[in-house]
This record gives sequence, structure tokens and C-alpha cells, in this order.
Amino acid sequence: MSTRHQFEYVGTRPIRHDGMDKVTGRAAFGADFSLPGMLYGAVLRSPHAHARIVSIDTTAAEALPGVKAVVTGRDIAKTNKKVYLGGEGALDLADMGDNALAHEKALYHGHAIAAVAASSLEIAQEAARLIRVDFEVLEPAMTLERALAKDAPILHPEMTTGGKPLEHMTGPTNIAARMEIKRGDVEAGFAEADLVVEHEFRTPMVHQGYIEPHATVARAGADGRIVVWTTTQAPFLVRDACAGILHLDAANIRVIPSEIGGGFGGKIPVYLEPLAIVLSKKSGRPVKMVMDRDEVFRATGPTSGCHITMKLGAKRDGTLVAASASMWYEAGAYKGSPFGAAAMCALACYNIPNFFVESHDVVLNKPKVAAYRAPGSPMATFATESLVDEIARRLKIDPIELRLKNAVASGDHAPYGPKYGPIGLKQVLEAAQAHPHWSAPLKPNQGRGVACGFWFNAGMNSSATVSVDSDGSATVVTGNPDIGGMRAAQALMVSEELGIPVERVRPVVADTDTAGYTDLTAGSRVCYATGMAVINAAEDAREQLRLRAAKVWKLEPDQVVWEHGEARSLIAGDDRQPMTLATIASTLAKTGGPIIGRASVNAPMAGPAFSANICDLEVDPDTGCSKVVRYTTVQDAGRAVHPSFVEGQMQGGASQGIGWALNEEYVFNAKGAMENAGFLDYRMPVASDLPMIDTVIVEVANPSHPYGVRGVGEVPIVPPLAAVANAMRGATGVRFGQLPMSPPRVLAELEARKEEPAVALSSGS
Amino acid sequence: MARVFLSNEMLSGTGGLDVLDIDAPRVHELVAQLVARFPRLTPEMFDRLAVAIDGEIHNDADYLPLAADSEVHFVPRIAGG
Repeated sequence: MSTRHQFEYVGTRPIRHDGMDKVTGRAAFGADFSLPGMLYGAVLRSPHAHARIVSIDTTAAEALPGVKAVVTGRDIAKTNKKVYLGGEGALDLADMGDNALAHEKALYHGHAIAAVAASSLEIAQEAARLIRVDFEVLEPAMTLERALAKDAPILHPEMTTGGKPLEHMTGPTNIAARMEIKRGDVEAGFAEADLVVEHEFRTPMVHQGYIEPHATVARAGADGRIVVWTTTQAPFLVRDACAGILHLDAANIRVIPSEIGGGFGGKIPVYLEPLAIVLSKKSGRPVKMVMDRDEVFRATGPTSGCHITMKLGAKRDGTLVAASASMWYEAGAYKGSPFGAAAMCALACYNIPNFFVESHDVVLNKPKVAAYRAPGSPMATFATESLVDEIARRLKIDPIELRLKNAVASGDHAPYGPKYGPIGLKQVLEAAQAHPHWSAPLKPNQGRGVACGFWFNAGMNSSATVSVDSDGSATVVTGNPDIGGMRAAQALMVSEELGIPVERVRPVVADTDTAGYTDLTAGSRVCYATGMAVINAAEDAREQLRLRAAKVWKLEPDQVVWEHGEARSLIAGDDRQPMTLATIASTLAKTGGPIIGRASVNAPMAGPAFSANICDLEVDPDTGCSKVVRYTTVQDAGRAVHPSFVEGQMQGGASQGIGWALNEEYVFNAKGAMENAGFLDYRMPVASDLPMIDTVIVEVANPSHPYGVRGVGEVPIVPPLAAVANAMRGATGVRFGQLPMSPPRVLAELEARKEEPAVALSSGS
Repeated sequence: MARVFLSNEMLSGTGGLDVLDIDAPRVHELVAQLVARFPRLTPEMFDRLAVAIDGEIHNDADYLPLAADSEVHFVPRIAGG
């Protein structure tokens, strides 16, 4: 595919089309939707982290005045269906359905046991409290160590280890899957190393922390038609998953996405949607269900906690020669952690001739994890980039120089096999090195850390239509909810192809009955893959416009060309004035009828993205409290269609990663209940916690896209964990292997170091 | 012939063989040859795998052409968040 380099509209920064609605509060998010005669739903959740459901008595709840329907697992027969998502393959709807409403066992504290629809939320909540559940309480497995012990409580007796299990991994087990990747001779590689560093790393379960809680309204009509209004990243997945879980015909389900207040991967699964549909079917009324923050934390997908042991070997000149890693990722109550992506990402920035990486997917009695921005990569990268930093320190080599020396480039093989095409890691590192931040002086108690990171970027299926209206404006329709500024980016693409101002393009997020099939808003894929469909659809419309001009002029199609938003005659000496888009559009009815361009794509993966971050951290040695005082993030975007939104993604990812590094964690008590299920105690960074995050966009064009676009939404969260940890190492001399580096943990390490100053790392000769 | 690199989860079905050369015009025929030669490689397994052809990774590559010297890797599918 030839990649375009000259643009009139792409690369500019128009005001987003949905901006006014969002800053004035007019935009309608999930919880804003209501219908006449609507009921309100509430969920009874498990007070136990692991318990067998012996019986459920709903008699008292159903007798409460105002209660219209009660649903338990008995109302939803288990399915063996799967839904095919373009991404990780088939999603197990048996697990997704059991997670939405437990059948035999409660598998985590907060697991949905029953749901009620009533004439008011208060009545629904009261009715939920009246449901009597007889639980046989079981020991929960709350840590990887307990889940992997020989006498571990087993969550799923039928589970066997998939992938590439070791011989001793026979059921019953909590290890859902194992994989390994390798290259060369690892033992020989370490033997030739002049320096070997090894460390353990632990990261806690953390939540995506989107501001908008999950919210759904479902209406099941007497005609069998079901309409679901919901906040989701994946309307088509909601449709197909609900159909599979509830044994319904997907053709009878229409999913209308609301505006979405963040997702980051957490709004891909269904939680409330199947419950609201069943409650609506039982009651004959529309049912609205909205989670509160407590429910969001306890019962929707966080990302995995993990335990990683990693070893790196290097020559004296900084050449990396060997690596090994054993990675264990928490899946939560059902299989499906990002353990595979973690293994594939861990060493993706470097050419290392000898390595062995094994990774495991482990179930335990915590909420089922969902995707979270570059799933699995930030934790793996935390381990790798901490050790690369340690090697640079030990060998007294500039850490960016060491990374440049080992960085992958076009033609190198990725650790997971294929060769890289054109990639921008070296350009990103060079831009970081050239940034004034890298050479700025530090103050006392401050440290500087650098780290880089990788993410694949997804492709998958997308559809788009572009219609030209009689006034010369255009409408672009796609099926991706707009999380990161997609409307403006797609409008810019239409402007570029048709040659009309971006304000004359109306981007529309359509529902599943209106848009052509489109995979989810995730995987950094929308600007790339759906954008490709938009460009192709606009090209289709443009071609039709050109043919209309030829028809009016009585010329052959090849005698007319489209340039700068207008048709021109190619006949030598022809003095006809160019025919503008507005002119052609004003006579569409007379020249053949409306013009609608359409396109669909199943795009390959978008081409890898690389990012590098520089972090300055100041640590108070008396309290262990730390503050990020300067932060710079550099990223290869391929082509920044709307640079402001690329920068926003970079800043947002960095902010989330800094929170992950310094403060965020799920805190469970001995019984497996989360103790900090609110933003007061689950401490995410807010604007006042952070400096203005500086951004540098590098553009190494992706040859798979007509404009060179890569995905930009996920890789920004990959380097921060390590960048902050490396800055902490610089400020304190302590190599932290466990996150978060919260004030109590930092203070404890500083106090311990007064007695034992050595950094806890093994090293070779 | 295309050089084909198998993912680790396929190795139990191939007796540990991880690289082989296959003459096939498209991925569809390549997979058919793999399944014929290694019956323990199931269709469900391929549903979980993406195919990289000369470095470009596709989730659904059945009808994409292969060159005589193509490098083909089966890798786990990845979507993201």
C-alpha cells in the first residue's frame, strides 16, 4: 500500500464535533437514558469470595409491593456458546454469563447472585436485601501462592491447563493455561554474559478507573424485539454476547451505544445487559440498571495482579545476550488473563539472541479481569525495563544509549516470531535523548528514570459509509463508540478525501441495526482500521462525484480528474471551470440520485507502537511520599491525524501508569472482600497530583495504512511503571520490585536500607 | 515453499516439530495441509491463532496468498483494551 505524505486537513487540530455537548453537559451518557414506564434494577451480590450456592429463596422479595421481576441463575440456562471476537479468538460465553449471574458458585466477593426490577431503585434494593441465599462457604484462593499450592481451593473442578502445560500440570488445577516463547540457547547466553541481574516483581490488581459507571436500559417487546441502550466499547459484541448467553436470536437485539465516559478495555464484557434483558422480559417493562462505584470496583474487570521472576544478561559493552522470565498472571474468577500478550511484549523492544519466557494464566477468587490498555504489557515491561535500567547503572552506560544499542528495528524478528516492518523505537529513543528534559539538572532527593515499551495495535473488522448531502456537506457513519476523539479524526479523513472543511462533515456513531458490522473500540484500532474504512468509503463517494461531473459534461470518465475538492476536465484547451463538490451535490437528484460511499475492511494488525518516557521523581525521605515533578512521553504515532487527541492519549496513559506505579491497588481482607472500593481509598492520580505531561509525537509511517496511521491508545501506559520505578531507584537507591511504591512501602524500604544498604539484586561476575 | 513457524500451543499436536516448509497458494490450503498431516491440530486451535505473513499479522488470513518464499508464523491473537 502506498502511503500518502502530503495533507491539507490531516494533522490539524479542529474542535471536536462532540466537544460542545460534552463541556456543557448535554452529551447523554449511559445513566442519562430513560424510558416511560421504566423499572429500576438492583443486584444482590455475594458476601463471600468463594461459596457454593445451596439455595436461593426469593419469596419475600417477590412479595414486596413494587417488585415486578426477580431473576437468579436458574432463569438463565448455561450456554456452551462462544462469540468470535476479532481479537483473542472465541470468548467463552459460559464464563461471561456465569460472571454476569452466578449459577452453582460465587467465585468472588461481589459476584452477582440475583437481580430485581421494581418501580423504584429503593424498592429494588430493599427487595434484593430480602432474598435469602444459603451459601456453603469455601476457602477462597486470594493469592497466586495459595491458588498454586498443592492443596489449593479449586475454583473450577473441570479445569485443565491449556496451551503448553508442563507434565506435572494435571487437573484439578487453577492454572488455566501456560505458554512459552524462546530463542537460541539461554544457558549459553547467560554463560557468556559479563553481568547478570535478576529480580522478582509483583504488581497488584488495579482497575481501569473510568469515570462513568456501567449503565444499561433494556426493553424487551412483546414482538420479541429487544433494544439495549448501554455504555460500551463494543455494541456488536454486546448484541452477540447477550444473544449467546440468553439463547436469543441476535437478529432480534438492537444495541444503541450511549456516549461513553471512559472504558480502557473495561467496557468490553457484558455485566448488566443480560440481566436487564431478562428482567425486562419477565416484567414486560423497560428496565434500567446503573452500577455505583462500589459495584464497579468489586464486580467489573480490573486488570491482573502478577508475579514475575526475570533475569537479564549483558556484555560489558551493554549488549544484551540472554533473558529468562517466569510470569504468573491473575485471571480472576475465570480464565483469560493477558498472560500471552505479556510474554510476547516483555522483550519486544530488544534484540536478544537467547531467551526463554514462560507465562501462566491463573484463576483465583477475585473479580474476572478485563482488558486494560495494552493488556499485560505494562507489568511485563516493568520487569524488563527495571532490569535494563539496573544493567545501565551497573555498567555505567547512559540508559538511553544502552537501549539504542539493543533496540529492534525494521527487519529484526520480534520475540514472538514475525519480522518487524518499519518501526520507530530508535527514533523514539533518539527524540527522548534530544529532549531538554533528558539533560536538565536534578535537585536533591530527586531521581530520573527512563523506560520504553511496546504494543502490537490491533486491526480487525470495520465498516463505514460516507454520504454526500445536497448542500455539499457529508455524513460519516461508523459503529465505534467515540472514546478518544474518533469523530474528529474520522471527519478529518473525510475532509482530506473530499476536500471539504471538517466542520462540514458530520461524524455519527450508529447502533447495531444501522452501522455495518464493526469490531470493538479497543486495541488502538479505531483511528487505524475504522479510519481505513472511512477513507475507502470517502474515496468511493469521491469517485461517484467524479463520474457525475463526467456525466454532466458529457465526457468519458477518464477525461475527468478529482483535485482539491473539485472535478476538472482533462481535455486540452477545455475552458470549463472546475465543478465543485457543492455544485455536484446541489444537483444529485437530477444527475442520478444520492451518493453514498461505503467500505468495509478486515485490517491486519496496525503495526507496532513504541513509546519512551522520562520521569523525574522527588521523594521525601522522612515520609516516603513521592511526587512526579517532570514527565515527558515520546511515541511513534505513525501519522497523527488529530495531534491533540494523540497527545491526550499519551498524557492519559502516562497518568494511569503513574497511578499504577505509585498508589493504586486492590486491598483485600482475609475473607477476600475488597476494602478500598471507592475513589477515596483507591487512590488514582488527579490533575493536582501531576505536572503538565510533555509530549513528543514521532511519525514513522505504517505502510499498512494509506496515511501511515498506527494505533496510539494503548502503548502510552506501557513504560510509566518502569519509568517511575527507575526514577525511584535514582532518588533513593532502592530497586522496587513491588508496586505500588506507596509512601508506607517506600518509607519501610528506606528505613530497612539504613541497616542493609545493598540493592537486592543478584549479579554475575 | 513457505517456511512455517508454529506457535507453542501447536507443538503438542506436531510432536514438537516447530518449523516446516509447506507449498501452498493460500493460508487456507496451508492449514488444510497442516491438519491433514497433524490431525491433533484442531480447527478450534486455529480460531485462537493469528497468522503473520512476511511480518504482517492477520486474524483472519484464510484466503490471503502466500509467496514461494513467504515466512509464516502462527501467533496468539491479540486485541487489546
